[in-house]
Amino acid sequence: MTTAAIAPPIRAKRVLPGFTLSLGTTLLYLTLIVLIPVLALILKGAEMGPARFWQIISSPRAVAAFQITLTAAAIATVINAVYGLLMAWVLVRYEFPGKRLLDAMMDVPFALPTAVAGLSLTALFSANGWFGQVLEAAGIQVVYTIWGIVLAMAFTSVPFVVRTVQPVLEDLDPALEQAAVTLGAGPFAIFRRVVLPAILPAWMAGCTTAFARSLGEFGAIVFIAGNLPFRTEIAALLAYIRLEEYDYNGAAAIALVLLGFALVLLLASNLLQFWAARYREGQK
Amino acid sequence: MSIAISGLTKRFGQTDVLCGVDLEVSKGELVALLGPSGSGKTTLLKIIAGLEWPDAGRLAVNDQNWLQLAAQDRRIGFVFQHYALFPHMRVRDNIAFGLSVRPRSERPGKAVIAAKVDEMLHFLQITHLADRFPGQLSGGQRQRVALGRALAIEPAVLLLDEPFGALDAAIRRDLRRWLRGVHDATGSTTIFVTHDQEEAFELADRVVVMGEGRIEQIGHADAIHDHPATPFVARFMGATVEFPVTLNSGRAEASGLDISALPRRALPDGPARLFARPEDITLIPDAGAPWRIASRISNGAHLRFVLSHPALGEAEADVPRRTANADALTPDAAVRLRIEAGTIFPAERGIATTSVRSPGFEPVKEKSR
Repeated sequence: MTTAAIAPPIRAKRVLPGFTLSLGTTLLYLTLIVLIPVLALILKGAEMGPARFWQIISSPRAVAAFQITLTAAAIATVINAVYGLLMAWVLVRYEFPGKRLLDAMMDVPFALPTAVAGLSLTALFSANGWFGQVLEAAGIQVVYTIWGIVLAMAFTSVPFVVRTVQPVLEDLDPALEQAAVTLGAGPFAIFRRVVLPAILPAWMAGCTTAFARSLGEFGAIVFIAGNLPFRTEIAALLAYIRLEEYDYNGAAAIALVLLGFALVLLLASNLLQFWAARYREGQK
Repeated sequence: MSIAISGLTKRFGQTDVLCGVDLEVSKGELVALLGPSGSGKTTLLKIIAGLEWPDAGRLAVNDQNWLQLAAQDRRIGFVFQHYALFPHMRVRDNIAFGLSVRPRSERPGKAVIAAKVDEMLHFLQITHLADRFPGQLSGGQRQRVALGRALAIEPAVLLLDEPFGALDAAIRRDLRRWLRGVHDATGSTTIFVTHDQEEAFELADRVVVMGEGRIEQIGHADAIHDHPATPFVARFMGATVEFPVTLNSGRAEASGLDISALPRRALPDGPARLFARPEDITLIPDAGAPWRIASRISNGAHLRFVLSHPALGEAEADVPRRTANADALTPDAAVRLRIEAGTIFPAERGIATTSVRSPGFEPVKEKSR
């Protein structure tokens, strides 16, 4: 019929309005805030040439700074992996007075300016501080050593682990654990074979974010670390020092290495998560 | 294994979930716990499993006190309403779980476990699913795997919570027959919970009807259908039309009703209640009768009538459409109600005996959680 021939083409209408506008705004914002600065950093690094780049990042002081940063971040992440998981477990699984307060306190490291955290940690752990006195007597020095750096990193990054594991643990179907109980599994077997596999992807994601955050932490560390080159100088601080010396190339090269670490880490974490969640393939 | 339960009570906060349950299940029996939501049937099942604990009472299996025994040590097979398969394990590993978590000293070797799993897969006819993850299975397939996982530990007692609740009608019927076969082949003592009468009667040796934390009646399909022990069972079994009647030396009488088809009841004279199913009511045109046809709806096979009485209110009746006098049953016609089958109970305290109640009670379909 002729009516069919002249009928306008059918276009599916989107249910949610504003797709173009919201996507456009998001892309613009992301470009301005994230993409352009990162691109500028990469361009800055590229303009100095590979030889100069290598010379900067392989200088003994820079290598030492990378080593210290990575070691401290790794230790802090291991501590937070254990403690953060425990904390999430306690917050989800048990009812006790003050639970909500404890839950809210978990966000303090997010909210507190890191410099404030650094200052108070320094005050506590310095030779005449509350903890420092005791530790000093036992022959352990925290302030101005790598342990100070670990402490500051652990403080600022623990919420990442707790807050990623917590919702997944909350969503875990209690029937799974009941099923394991009826099949004769003890508490340890239930945790290792039923609960842990379920929360593993989230746990790894949390640990990776915590590690990445530790690599870049600056404010809390500079107060407690003492910042002795080759001993307690972190990479972010070295980049800052280079900047203060108007050595933009030096700063950019070190920053690029940190960026590289973070990207490799994110990639590795995503692959691991993909692997850990492989059973979800084809799931409705 | 024989199960003996007595005086079991359980409270959740202010609510009595179980108020004194006594039940005996003999070895190899297949028993259904039937009841609407909130009747305490799932709680009873979970107490037997060791997933809930009663406030008082006794639970003995083969004369062993199970209330002293943790769920881990009871060796029960429990099939959950939504299967609760471990999502990160393949079907094979799900079925092997109960064997592979045993303490090292009691654990069978890897080869023995693998052989047992293969045997189970074969028995349940799911060999082709062995290497899939639960997320890749349909509801009916998951149900089979869940049962396989429970049976692999050779349980003393098999417990199933709404085993077919989340499945399509056709798959339900298939699985029902299949489960009966599995039960007969394993010889285990089996208890399952359901809110579906058809399912309970078709599958079970004995049906336990529960209501509000009590056992209302225990028996076979015919007995429970024809002779409900309590008004609760009568309503649950579909006797949803309730007439106020007067008993006179065992015979019930009421205005506009012909109750002569019912046998005499040994009940004291006075007010009583008659419970009948809409399909057990025959309509006889009678110009002098007080009942009037208020509406008539056909669903093809049956005519559904709403009848009204000036004093008693409304009642429902279902009549086959090809019945002889169907044409005479038009709206506004005066009719007499002949009750072909029904049960009479003494008037309940607190319930008005002066009006018809219809449809008073519909078995509540349990919502899937």
